[in-house]
Parts: sequence; structure tokens; C-alpha cells
Amino acid sequence: MKKIIEVKNVKTVFDNRVIHNGLNLTINEGDIYGLLGPSGAGKTTLMREMVMLQHIHSGSMSVLGYKLDNISHKNAQKLRREWGVLFQAGALFSSLTIAENIALPLDEYTDLSKEMIDEIIKFKIDLVGLKQTDANLFPSQISGGMKKKAGLARALAMDPKLLFLDEPTSGLDPISARDFDALILELRSLLGLTIVMVSHDLQSIYDTMDRVAIIDNKVIAYEGSLKNVKSVKNDFIETFFGKFNEQ
Amino acid sequence: MINTTLQIIKDKERLTLNFKGELTLYSLNSNQTNIKNISLKNFKYITINLEKVDSIDTAVAIFLNRLYDDFKNKNIETNLIVINNDIINTLELVKRDNLKNRVKQKTQKLSFLSSIGRYIYNYFREFLLFMAFLGNVFITKIHYLKSIQNIRFKEIAFEINESGIKALGIVSLTSFLIGLVIAYQSAFQLKLYGANIFIVDMIGISILRELAPLITAIVIAGRSGSAFTAQIGAMKITEELDAMRTMGFDPYIFLVMPRIIALMITLPLLIFVSDIMGIFGGMLVANIDLNITVELFVERFHEVVDISHLFIGLLKGPFFAFLIASIAIYRGLMVKNDTQSIGFNTTKSVVEAIFAVIVCDAIFSIVFTSLGI
Repeated sequence: MKKIIEVKNVKTVFDNRVIHNGLNLTINEGDIYGLLGPSGAGKTTLMREMVMLQHIHSGSMSVLGYKLDNISHKNAQKLRREWGVLFQAGALFSSLTIAENIALPLDEYTDLSKEMIDEIIKFKIDLVGLKQTDANLFPSQISGGMKKKAGLARALAMDPKLLFLDEPTSGLDPISARDFDALILELRSLLGLTIVMVSHDLQSIYDTMDRVAIIDNKVIAYEGSLKNVKSVKNDFIETFFGKFNEQ
Repeated sequence: MINTTLQIIKDKERLTLNFKGELTLYSLNSNQTNIKNISLKNFKYITINLEKVDSIDTAVAIFLNRLYDDFKNKNIETNLIVINNDIINTLELVKRDNLKNRVKQKTQKLSFLSSIGRYIYNYFREFLLFMAFLGNVFITKIHYLKSIQNIRFKEIAFEINESGIKALGIVSLTSFLIGLVIAYQSAFQLKLYGANIFIVDMIGISILRELAPLITAIVIAGRSGSAFTAQIGAMKITEELDAMRTMGFDPYIFLVMPRIIALMITLPLLIFVSDIMGIFGGMLVANIDLNITVELFVERFHEVVDISHLFIGLLKGPFFAFLIASIAIYRGLMVKNDTQSIGFNTTKSVVEAIFAVIVCDAIFSIVFTSLGI
């Protein structure tokens, strides 16, 4: 299996606070990979480091074969077109409509005709389960769940190989959340995506994730499939996963 | 709201505190002061009677536990009478929490010197960050110069409309009024000396050279500067800037440069409009108050006001624009992840931009005077 992301000995320090102290993990092609852990463990921080929004203090990280520590501007730009990122609240550009949001990367990076781009937008809107009539609304006019779907459509605009999702189901009602899970699974099988996600939603974790990394106390407490997660003695794992089986 | 009463019974060596009804946050403070006012010297036995209490909340429970411990520590025999199970549970809950070892956060008290040091260091750091920002702007400028295709014409045009064309009204009006006021005040003085015609020299030179650029810059700093900061700050909070970065759109190319360039183009044009309106205002007063006809005004204007005054005023435009836009955008990028910080940075952006414009104007003044222009 091809390694999509490799994290080695990553240390992160904010001011004087150590967030990560030597993280190691590997994400393989085709995985739906979960970053879990208690609040404040630095899951989102780790994801931000993977998408080059934040620098790591020491260690090394490689994504899609590019080493992030000394990546050239040109390669960084290339890499950025190969992934899609869905932020927690969608982070849609508020001055653009949903359709324009999705069209933006296509407009900027390709020389596709207007008709072709419109066609692609329509397809992506269908794909994530939005209505075509929503396309001309502005982000301020739609609900939180729709923003997430629109954000996902934008992340998928360039047909990335790698998708980062930051708490995709948080703030959604249970039905929408399960729909979202189904959508993620479907996208993986349709498009062969590798998906990295941060989540707190147990149902979603069990339904979608192939492998997980649990970050606790600045290190990886567990990495692997969910089946063996309880073999590790850790307070967070016991409280977090313990309850699920009792149900 | 207060439906609880505290009955205090003093009987030689015995003190009885009879609580009654519903004990809540609202009545807590008055009960607390009542009990504090009792001098405990003479008592050896204290009974806290909660028999007739219907319910308590956790705040009262904390208070009762503390009271109990206080009395105990003073070597007074204390009895707590409770019959209601809910009340016992609440008291237990609070007590259990109290037993937990709370790690006390050390709050460092800063000495006067170290707080000054911190203050100055923070300013120094902000200065360095601003320099880094300017460096980034410079690099983006080079990127712009590499190829004409890199220039974001659409965004620049949009910003010119926003901060230029839409500001025409307010800039014209302010300049007109300033011209009017200046002329009116000086007309009174000039009349005393019978030097009416010199109003033209005064108005012409002061407006073209100093007032129009300064007034326009201040209006634009308040109008566009604050807008830039708030827009970019809000984009930072909603993670739009992060989203742009992950998509490979450099905010410096898409947001920063178009705004700086647009303002550098518009400010000289606005200054020109401001020149016209200011002089028009002056001309109006000269006509009405000093009986100087328009023909005479224009003739005199041609004679005494050199064209260099106009150019100096216009030349200041791009410099002021660069200061206003870069400070405003820098402030926008400094917004942290909370809503307060937008207000804080917007205020700072306007104040700093106006200050920077005035300092820049002073420098221009000195330079031009020593150059003899």
C-alpha cells in the first residue's frame, strides 16, 4: 500500500506550551483515517500542520510524497491543488455564492470554458446532496449543515486525491450526520479518495473510519484499526470507547 | 423572591441557627452578613438547623459547608441537623468536590519594571511583524511585476469602486466645507487690513498643498481603512483566509495587493476632486463676503498659485494611500480568533493610519521646504 501521509517525530510548541511531543503516524492510500483524542489534544493543530497552515517545531512530515519541511513554493502550490480541505464551519467565501465558491479553484487553475465549469458545479452540488436551487445563495443565507456540504463540494471541485475533514458531523442533527457519513463512504468508493478526519462523533467514527490515531498527552496513545483499540490502557480510550459497547 | 428566613437564637453558651424555606443564591448574601455579625466569643455549642428547609442550591451548600468547617476550626462544637435527603446529597456533592486537590494556578504578579518591559517588547514584536508584513507585500509586488497576468485586475477594479467612487460624495462635501470655513475665518482677518485679494493666495496654496491631501487621507483612513481591517479580520475569524491558503490562493495576491494598489490609484484622484471642491468653497466665500468676482479670483489664482503646489499635493496621495492600506490590512491580519479583537484592531488601524499620514505629511513638508519647492 502506498503511504499518503507520513508523520515522524513531530513536535509542536505554542509559546511555551508543548502540544505534540514526538508524534508518529502513517496514512495509507484509500484509508479513512481518524484523528481522535480529548479536547485540546491538538488534533486540529496536527491537521493544520498537514495542510501547511502551521509550522512544526521539529520532526518531519510528508504528504503525497512531498516533504513539507523544505518544500519549494512551486511544489507547495502543486500540492495544494491535490488536496481538498473542509473546515469546521465550512469557511466558504462570504462574498461569493455557493456556485462561485465551487467555481473559484476551477476558474483560477484551469482554462475550462464557462459552460464546462457550470456543468462541473452542477455535478458537485448533486454529489454532496445540495439542491440546484441553492447554488445561487450566499453562505449567509444557508444553514450550518448546508455550509458543510457546500464546503465539501468546494473541496471536491478539483477532484483531489486527498481530503481533510475537520469535524464534519459536529453541529449536524443525527440524520444529517448519518447522511454525511454515508456520503463520505460513497465518495471514497466512487473516487478512491484518501480521507483524513478529525471527529468526536462516535457513531461516525465506527461507521466510517478504517484506522485511527488517538492523540493523548502530547503523544499517540494508539494507532491502528478500531477493533483493537481497547487493548491499550488509556483513560481517554476507556471513557470514550467504553461507553459505546455498553449501548 | 426572598422566602427564606434565618432565625438566630442565642441562649447562653448555645447558638442556634434556624433556617427555613427555600435557600438560594438570592438570599445567601443577607444570611451571610447576618451570621458574620454575630460575635462567637461566648458560644460553645452551635446548632445549624436545616429541618425546616425545603431545598438548597449548590451555592448555599458551599456556604453551609464552609460555615460548618469554620465553626469547627474555632473549636466550637457544631451540630448540623438535616432530615431532607436531597439536601444531604447536595451538601455531600459540594464536600466531595472540595476534597479534590485543586491545583492552584500561579498568577504571577508583575513588577512595574517588568510590565513596562513587556509592553515595550510587545510593541517591538508588533513592529517586527509589521516589517515582515511589508516584506511579504514587497515579494508579492515582485510577483506582480513578473507577468501582467498575475495582476488581479478584477479585484483592483472592485476596490477602486468601493474605496474611490463611492467615497466621492463624502470627500467632496468635507473638502467643500473645509474650503468654506478656512475662507470665512481668514476673510474676517483680511478685511481688517483691506487685503481682500490675498484670500486667493491663501486658499490656493493651503488647500492644494496641505489641506486637500490631508483631509482626503483622513476621510479615507476612517472609511476604507476601517473597512479593510474589519473585512480581513472577519475573514480570518471565519477561517476564509485559511481556506484560501489551503486552496493555494495567496491572500497577499488576492486580498492585500489589490487593496493597496486600488487605494494608491484612487487617493490622488480623490485629492484632485478635493482640491476642486475646497477651492470652490473658498471662491464662494470670497465672492459673497469679500466681493471678489469669479473672474478676478481665477485671474489672481493663475498669477500667484504655481502648478507645483498642485503636483506636490497629488504626489502625497500614493504615499498616504500606501500607509493607510498597509496599516489597515496588517491590522486585519492581526485579528485573533475572537470578536473583540476586530473592534480593537479596527480602532487601532484608523488611529495608526491617521497618525502615520500626519507624520508622513510632516516629513514631506520638511523635505519640500529644504528642496525649495
